[in-house]
Amino acid sequence: MVGAVGLLRPHSVALVRRVLFPLGALIGVALAIVAALSLTEPVEQATLHIGLPDLPMHVRLDNLSRVFLALLGSASAGVSLFAAGYFRKGEGTAPGVLGLQYHLFLASMGFVLVADDAYAFMVAWETMALTSYFLVTAQHGIPEIRSAGFLYLLMAHVGAIAILLSFGILQGGTWLFSFDAMRASTLSTPWATAAFLLALFGFGAKAGLLPLHVWLPEAHPAAPSPVSALMSGVMLKTAIYGVLRVTFDLIGDPLWWWGLIPLGLGLATAIFGVVFAAVQTDMKRLLAYSSVENIGVLFTGIGLAIVFHGVGMTELAALALIAVLYHSLNHAFMKSLLFLGTGAVLHATGERNLGRLGGLIHRMPWAAWLTLVGVLAIAGLPPLNGFVSEWLLLQTFLFSHEVPQPFVNMLLPLGAAIVALAAALAGYVMVKFFGIVFLGQPRESSLAAAHDVGGFEKAGLVWLAIGCVLLGLLPRQVIHSLAAATEQLTGAAPNLAGQSWWLLAPLTERDVSYAPLVLLAVIVAVVVATFLIVRVVYRRPVRLAAPWDCGCGRLDPRMQDTAEGFGQPIRHIFVSFFAMERDLPSPHDLAPRYRVKVSDRLWQGAYLPIADLLQRAANSVAWLQQGRISVYLTYSFITLVVLLAVML
Amino acid sequence: MSTVAWLTQFLEVLAALILAPLFLGWVNACRAWLQNRRAPSVLLPYHGIRKLFHKDAVIAASASPLFRVAPYVVFGAMVAAAAVIPSMGTGLPFRSAADAIALVGLLAIARVFMSLAAMDIGTAFGTLGARRDMMIGFLAEPALLMVIFVASLLSATTALPLIAERLVVQPLALYPSLAFTAVAFTMVLLAENARIPVDNPATHLELTMIHEAMLLEYSARHLALMEWAAALKLFNYACIGFALFVPWGASIGSTGIGAMALSLPALLVKLAVAGLWLALLETVSAKLRVFRAPEFMATAFMFAVLGLLVHLLLGA
Repeated sequence: MVGAVGLLRPHSVALVRRVLFPLGALIGVALAIVAALSLTEPVEQATLHIGLPDLPMHVRLDNLSRVFLALLGSASAGVSLFAAGYFRKGEGTAPGVLGLQYHLFLASMGFVLVADDAYAFMVAWETMALTSYFLVTAQHGIPEIRSAGFLYLLMAHVGAIAILLSFGILQGGTWLFSFDAMRASTLSTPWATAAFLLALFGFGAKAGLLPLHVWLPEAHPAAPSPVSALMSGVMLKTAIYGVLRVTFDLIGDPLWWWGLIPLGLGLATAIFGVVFAAVQTDMKRLLAYSSVENIGVLFTGIGLAIVFHGVGMTELAALALIAVLYHSLNHAFMKSLLFLGTGAVLHATGERNLGRLGGLIHRMPWAAWLTLVGVLAIAGLPPLNGFVSEWLLLQTFLFSHEVPQPFVNMLLPLGAAIVALAAALAGYVMVKFFGIVFLGQPRESSLAAAHDVGGFEKAGLVWLAIGCVLLGLLPRQVIHSLAAATEQLTGAAPNLAGQSWWLLAPLTERDVSYAPLVLLAVIVAVVVATFLIVRVVYRRPVRLAAPWDCGCGRLDPRMQDTAEGFGQPIRHIFVSFFAMERDLPSPHDLAPRYRVKVSDRLWQGAYLPIADLLQRAANSVAWLQQGRISVYLTYSFITLVVLLAVML
Repeated sequence: MSTVAWLTQFLEVLAALILAPLFLGWVNACRAWLQNRRAPSVLLPYHGIRKLFHKDAVIAASASPLFRVAPYVVFGAMVAAAAVIPSMGTGLPFRSAADAIALVGLLAIARVFMSLAAMDIGTAFGTLGARRDMMIGFLAEPALLMVIFVASLLSATTALPLIAERLVVQPLALYPSLAFTAVAFTMVLLAENARIPVDNPATHLELTMIHEAMLLEYSARHLALMEWAAALKLFNYACIGFALFVPWGASIGSTGIGAMALSLPALLVKLAVAGLWLALLETVSAKLRVFRAPEFMATAFMFAVLGLLVHLLLGA
């Protein structure tokens, strides 16, 4: 509705910026508050008689929906605030139209989360895909953006077909497509497995699960930054919601070995994503690959939850689901924050290439320090939020040897090793990202003119940064809210009763706990005490001078590591991940040029052959089109004859 | 928790702060003896830190506030880590605030801030050091986590004091899984503390250094804090090793100051032996080329994973 107002005056920047986006943010906050407060209330259902006659849309509000609605509302509030200051005239689509698309996108995501029949779900899902497609191609004048948009649309629809087929199986011969009917119907094991796999494929394509991740690193850099933030932070989570909804709610009792599929794919995705993130030179591509990694972590958690649930260890399944939901929430905040940070940099400098940035912490202190919060959070450092979900996931992994399945219980704990490796690599990626964009010397002289973020943008960043900090410092309260959703899905919830409000100890039998507030207090206390002692006792002045640099003398911005240089150890260690083309200059070259192109093996290995096959199939079908009316009449005649034969 | 307990906690951290430079001095002295050199005084690190505190700080004009804040944050994270590690007693109040995974996170805070500060001035050596340190770090961190996981599977907890407690009260037995992880842990310790064979703490040869390269632009009190934090890191790692592999001697469960004082001699003995062992390892090994370091770390990781597998196969 907010968007529709924008249509009235599509070219009035002021209206869209000053009124509509803040209004959208306000609605987001309201939505989050309402959803969070209603978490323990009973399920609400309604039937909307809109759309086609005799095909009403069912909506339903349960705890799983509420958790994701709260995520949608709270994260999008920050993004909308930022967007209010971000979109400007003359950049692709007119602001009014963009505002409509943006808010339709938000509304469709909300509708996906409450839809209660396959029809309503697919309508909302497709609206979400289409509006986001138009948002991705907001700057449609650029050919790369158009092709990125096409790839995105293609993957979205391949996924949507799989989801549709999955719903088709789930109705179980009753031809009733409401989710209630699907819950009630019981499927034989092969059909249920097929439904699960199709749903995993369909939602995996939306989320960016390996090997369906290819659209992410193309579409995210193409979209305007607030849109990237929404897509990465919120839209990917609707896919997580879909998997949880289908697996735990519609199918009901997943078999334990199903879990091994998302678990294995998730681990592979996590490593793959973070390794590719480490070698990127475009800051938004880097973040897109980092999203792939986080999706991998989320699917790992889902896999664990399914395994635990399938073998009857429901409390551990609940804990794994808590880790998944918590990480979804965390990722929504930190990735939105980082994407908006890149948006601020992009607007201030016009550069996305890491190799042309640097030193922006001096010019853009607000953007830099707020982005640092997101960087530390996503690197999984305590006491921020990224660490909490990682901690929960690792704790859950430590129980996986108790699964009563031989061999599986030995392989599962090794997954913890991969999660730990991915988390440590995420730290590497984030140091690279922050260090090269904001620290060091400016690599281009034009960066001296960079300006800091404006009021609305600042507010959006601050909102998200505060979210990151609070989610990190108050884990017990967050888990308490999330427990309502796991209660609904698995029938169990972690036992938090009788514990102090500042302590997180979800595993009573393990006697482990984590108290981020205490940790933060100790670090701050030590820092302040050291600072004061050093000040009071020694009182030595500070002198500013030129950098020493081992007495080198002539310091040049080009002597710093480039993005390629910083990623070089990763290229060296994980060499088999990449398809690399390298031109090394000869030592006798007078004007040496070093060129390296790193690409995804899956493109050559899977996607291009498939595209080739499709092209050839299309060409052979094209033979039918002879272009002569007599031939077409013959086709009609043959069809008629065949139909008559079949009918009679 | 009682006031006595918190006081004991405070004293333990204080002891860590005081003992850390001594331990570093002891390792250096041992190394000198083993290499047939005249050893410097074991108190040399104290003199170094004191001298640095008394100097005027010189900071590059292009430094951002991050550069000045980083030494304090690194130091703070290391002190918080020292509070979590049961170097002398396992019954301290701070143990509920962070388990071993959070401890690894604390060490990661220090590493990330140090690397960011090294990139802040924008010198060639700073970014080189940051990149190499992060490279070592991302391989060492999961290896350390795996080491901790093996111990926590043995003792059914991830809280480091509880791991130590439960390993002490069990009847003395040789765990094959712990043997593998001990090898892995030693390798992680050497790499994370910038010792030979991964880095050389004595070097100032620019092209091979890692840790020192990150500190090049620091001076005076900032450098002193960084050096002290580095000494504390070595001490912390040694104490993590004691908690996992030789937990005997630490006061179990008690929170009194007396019990703590009784466990001090045991800690000193363990530190003395560990220092000698470290110096021996450093003397008999040669420094690796930087690009062999990932292989070294991958070996450590594999040893830790092997330890995990051995535990799951044998149940010990």
